[in-house]
Amino acid sequence: MSAIAAYARALAVVEGVAQPITTVAHVHVAARPLVLVPLALAGEANAPLAAMVGTDPASPRLLIVPQPRDRQLRFAFAASLADVVLSYLDEFPVALAGEEPVAADAPQLWVPNRGGLAFLRLFGRSTRFRRTTGEYPVAPGVPVLGRWLTWFAERSEYPGASALLAATEVLGAHWATGQSALEDANLAALLGWIDPPAGSSAREAAREAEDPTVWPPAGPSTDPSFDNEVLAPAIAAYAEAPERSTARLERALRGQTFPTWELTWRAIELMRTLTPGGSVAVRWAADCRQYAGFHRWMAEDGLPQARRDGAVAAARRLLRLEWAQQEYTVSRSFDDPRVMADFRVTGEAFRGTVTEVDAERRVENENGNLVKRPLVVVRTEDPVHLAVGTAVGSPSRPKQSGRVLETDAGLVTVEIAKGLREALPRVGDDVTYSSVLSSGGRGPNLPPVEDTPWTHGGPPEPYVPTDEDAGETWE
Amino acid sequence: MTDPAAEAARTTEAILADLRSGAHRGIVVDSPPGAGKSTLVVRAALELALAGERLMIVAQTNEQVDDLIVRLSASLFAARPDARIGRLSRGGFTAPPRLAALPNVVVASGLADLNDPLVTIATAAKWAHVRDEVWPWAIVDEAYQMRSDALLVLAARFERALFVGDPGQLDPFSTVENDRWRGLTWDPMQSAISVLLRNNPSVPVHRLPVSWRLPYSAQDVVASAFYPFTGFRTGTGPGERELGFRTAGHGVEDAVLTTAAKTGWSLVELPRRHTLRTDGEAVEAVAAIARRLLERGATARDGSAVTPVGPSRIAVGAAHRDQVAAIRAVLDHPEIVVDTANRLQGREYDVTVFLHPLSGRRDATAFHLEAGRLCVLASRHRQACIVVARAGIRDLLDAHPSSAPVHLGDPVKFPDGWAANQTMLAHLEPHTVSW
Repeated sequence: MSAIAAYARALAVVEGVAQPITTVAHVHVAARPLVLVPLALAGEANAPLAAMVGTDPASPRLLIVPQPRDRQLRFAFAASLADVVLSYLDEFPVALAGEEPVAADAPQLWVPNRGGLAFLRLFGRSTRFRRTTGEYPVAPGVPVLGRWLTWFAERSEYPGASALLAATEVLGAHWATGQSALEDANLAALLGWIDPPAGSSAREAAREAEDPTVWPPAGPSTDPSFDNEVLAPAIAAYAEAPERSTARLERALRGQTFPTWELTWRAIELMRTLTPGGSVAVRWAADCRQYAGFHRWMAEDGLPQARRDGAVAAARRLLRLEWAQQEYTVSRSFDDPRVMADFRVTGEAFRGTVTEVDAERRVENENGNLVKRPLVVVRTEDPVHLAVGTAVGSPSRPKQSGRVLETDAGLVTVEIAKGLREALPRVGDDVTYSSVLSSGGRGPNLPPVEDTPWTHGGPPEPYVPTDEDAGETWE
Repeated sequence: MTDPAAEAARTTEAILADLRSGAHRGIVVDSPPGAGKSTLVVRAALELALAGERLMIVAQTNEQVDDLIVRLSASLFAARPDARIGRLSRGGFTAPPRLAALPNVVVASGLADLNDPLVTIATAAKWAHVRDEVWPWAIVDEAYQMRSDALLVLAARFERALFVGDPGQLDPFSTVENDRWRGLTWDPMQSAISVLLRNNPSVPVHRLPVSWRLPYSAQDVVASAFYPFTGFRTGTGPGERELGFRTAGHGVEDAVLTTAAKTGWSLVELPRRHTLRTDGEAVEAVAAIARRLLERGATARDGSAVTPVGPSRIAVGAAHRDQVAAIRAVLDHPEIVVDTANRLQGREYDVTVFLHPLSGRRDATAFHLEAGRLCVLASRHRQACIVVARAGIRDLLDAHPSSAPVHLGDPVKFPDGWAANQTMLAHLEPHTVSW
């Protein structure tokens, strides 16, 4: 936890209400997101039980698996979920600009919490290899849904990507509460701290959130007493008389999902009250590009994503994830002075007033030519821990960068070397310089898959989905 | 007891024999702290160079590259005055003065400008951008600090390789957390050597048996805490090393120094308190002890040779960069090295003083528990090691038993940080001085 977040948590305890730890939103909130509240059956690995899904808070659609141990019913559920999700995806057409697929906007999925993310990832994995012909055929939408869910889940691993969001994670990145991280994973408690219902305090709201009869768990795991006292008898009744008992099951499961559905929409509304940060649009554009690319892949009968990454694919993904992490950290701090404050506390950035500018300074470079290297002297009260020579950049002039030339008794001298077209700061300006900067440049060149070296097991067999993959059981 | 020098020589001979035989695509050498890893790299490089084989050497940091060049330059010059060492560096790199004086070293940012040297040496990051050319041999130094994806990038550059490293030091790290590759033999988060060995079980693994750096007083504790299954012995026996002082003293710092001189270890215990990372009092204590070492005119005896412990022979370590910055600011001595565990890896000093990673903490995270971090900090010294910590670390450990999930197919890392910390503290307890 950063010093600022720790301070905000302490403040939240004292004030009795969650404290904002950002000044802007760092995720994109779509105009028309698809909310999905999944429930799973206890004791069965990732067996779907129900899902409340839809794009309109007023009209959710409830899909249920009346007997989650029945394969056929699970696939029927997957097929109906595919109908909802795939018709939502159809709202985001992909065109071709030359060779490049482009999308003006991309779909966005919201789940209540981290557990929801994991559920979608595993559900994608268990459906993407299904076959629509042969033994155990499934509806045509099922494997397509599986590939898309897998795409969403893999995309959500990228820091800063907004294609699939978990409400607790998003809220937790923007507010600090006075409770533990474990309690923050409870959406009802978290929202209680951030936005308590009228007439009740944050503490009361958070305490109330712990009562599963008032606020059923946000899933995918269900409340054990509900399982024993309501669900088990209802499923048993369904076994006896399917037609007559479906409504009873639906009523029970609606009661378990609807409160979370409303909470998730409230989280979305709360996020809409924040102004998006400057770089949010850039990151969303990346989501749109990735969406368009995968859409194209699917249109060309793309194979399902492999079960596991090969050596080269794994290394490539790791490098991209690390790159995204660094970019996200930097752009958040550049967008938001409260995030930058973290780096000011650790001495990696400083903010102060310009006391002196030498705009015309010239020095000799390695080739013996005189080049312009202006100096900016900043007076700061921040604890600066920057070694001489450290590269720094400023959020107010993102293209301009330089290095620390001297730090002495609250005065930091910065030599500007790049981006001189942008105007230099002037004496009296309030400026921030940070040493946490974009890593820039591309990473190393990875070998092609067929040249995977002996150190990493040599070239793998090319991946072809097998009957064995398709026959993978649901257990 | 056998002669340590003979024991070490036998191992070196076996490694060089494997190298000459050409029977293996890879050879791994595990080395405990200060066991002559660099010496071995230089020996192996000479062996290959004298056989006329073009050789590439991969190190992890620029300092490591420069250290290796300095050590290799003289021996290579003596054996083959015509052979050159090429140092690949990024554009804009200015070679430190210690390289400039070497007659057989060329520094350039591109292979073409090096003009085909016998030995080419660079960091793994720089090698990653070299294309097309293939060397018959590579030596990969500090390979346990190298991530396996870095090896993947440059494995096509060599036909055979000698991997050298210390398995007890810090593992490579990533800025992202992701469990999706757990259990895969090519997990990119694992070290180069662990991936190499899991994919090539027939690669021979040698182990250097003798630490020449650590004093006898460190043998049992460092071996049992960090190398519980392999162990090692120190090259010196009891009483062969001794920390002395030219002046007397009677303050609390002097009590610390006396304990350290007598036993090789000292645990400076500050009153129990939860603190910020940059704990002001602990920082003061660390700085005061380092300063006192100089004021008292510390001397290091090794066998019969007595040398003064100058500022360049003292190192101060900490876990975080902000702690390092705070200690530097308070200590304010240009020559005493103050750095993080990551950057002290591979370094050697007479006396080290370090701020315990768990000092003043409320929780024990995987970062602060990591065995490698503690191992680096506790194995840089030739004479004595002084640990500064808030009281209560054992309680903290008891409150945070290791609970890392076990993943199928993932090699279990021994020792785990929790156990290593307990072993270390149990050993330090009798050497406690209250501050």
